[in-house]
Amino acid sequence: MSTYFESYLTVGAFAALGVVLVLVMLGVASVLRPNKPNPGKQLTYECGVDPVGAGWSQTYVRYYVYGLLFLIFDVEAVFIFPWAINVERLGVFGLVEMLVFIAILVLGLVYAIRKKVLRWE
Amino acid sequence: MLETVLDIFDNFWVALGAKLLLVALLIPLIGMVIGFAEIKLSAKMQARMGPYFAGGRWGWAQLIADGIKFFQKEDIIPDNADRPVFKTAPMLVLVGTVALFVVIPFGPGLIFRDLSVGIFYALAISSLSTIGVLMAGWSSANKYSLIGGLRAAGQLIAYELPLVLAAVGSVIMAGTMSMSGIVEAQITAGYPYVIFQFVGFGIFMVAALAELTRIPFDMPIAESELVMGYLTEYSGFRFLFFFLAEFANMFTMSAIAATLFLGGYWLPGIPTETLEFVGPVILLAKVFLLAFAMIWFRWTFPRFREDQLQTLAWKWLIPLALANIGATAFFKVVL
Repeated sequence: MSTYFESYLTVGAFAALGVVLVLVMLGVASVLRPNKPNPGKQLTYECGVDPVGAGWSQTYVRYYVYGLLFLIFDVEAVFIFPWAINVERLGVFGLVEMLVFIAILVLGLVYAIRKKVLRWE
Repeated sequence: MLETVLDIFDNFWVALGAKLLLVALLIPLIGMVIGFAEIKLSAKMQARMGPYFAGGRWGWAQLIADGIKFFQKEDIIPDNADRPVFKTAPMLVLVGTVALFVVIPFGPGLIFRDLSVGIFYALAISSLSTIGVLMAGWSSANKYSLIGGLRAAGQLIAYELPLVLAAVGSVIMAGTMSMSGIVEAQITAGYPYVIFQFVGFGIFMVAALAELTRIPFDMPIAESELVMGYLTEYSGFRFLFFFLAEFANMFTMSAIAATLFLGGYWLPGIPTETLEFVGPVILLAKVFLLAFAMIWFRWTFPRFREDQLQTLAWKWLIPLALANIGATAFFKVVL
């Protein structure tokens, strides 16, 4: 078995453990805990009064702009990491290239700030 | 005799089983230690009664009482909730937490698995909990939960970037992404990277605090406005899992910060031959120092406003982190 495969098998096993841990502990607790459902208890919580309207009501999700910005900068981070390891080998050329790349993306951020999409009114 | 016993662990599957068992014990233990530290420090700073007197002395029974309480709580799922998603959310949050432990170096060779993309993997897997939180907020079919979940998503993606970009500084200096490689590079250099990466360290800690949604960045669960945010409808053990994940994440985030910036399991002046034994102790000391600071901040700073939070991330931390990357690379190439 290659080391690469072993590495990611370990990762997979650890991730699976997260699920197993929840299931086991909930299983143990299910023996001890009471279970007396009634309609009032199963109601959605809304400060003690009966809930008004549906829980999934329409809202203005302000965060979608941040979502778009995040996508741009997260991809940038993916490109920065391989360069970061090889900074010394790539030398001045690589440095200038990366600074140009970052500058273009910062320009996008400046544009977003100037357009006031990050302001709340 | 000991040799033959240890030889068994050369088998990949046996070693994997042992590692899984170890981490399964480690996570509740860390949750208890940090949880106890939190209630004791809170009690100290706010003169709370329970943690002083429960059990007679030092309040030792407080955490056990809390644990028993969670065990006997009824598991309530609201009728309107999206049941499968509601049930999966705490699992997903814990998956990210457990998987983070894979790459934390406790000493030379004392690492669950030294991935070559260590820090990159750690930052990627830590954002898995964002999805869990958003799922919890959505599936509860509760207005507070929905708002809390959306706030959490907005906050976690905003601070993901400073977190990732701050780590790049140390990666540039070390020239590797492997977590133990970064510590070894600091040992070779003879100084912890915080000396040149203090900006990166500051950004990383602020962003880590926001990623953990702890005060002053706890808008997603702001109890004075949103009851308990995305946790409102959770009860008993499912509720506990979110807290277990939070405490365990405090540990892992502090451990990553200690590894990247503070020299991990190494201290200047400690001979490298002894690191196999004192290494884990040094790392734990650094981790608990950082965790103490996080708990301390909780009772020191008031909560931010939502727009202040976003402004801090997008207008200050991200440009600062990018400038830090540029400066670090410049000095690495030119000097």
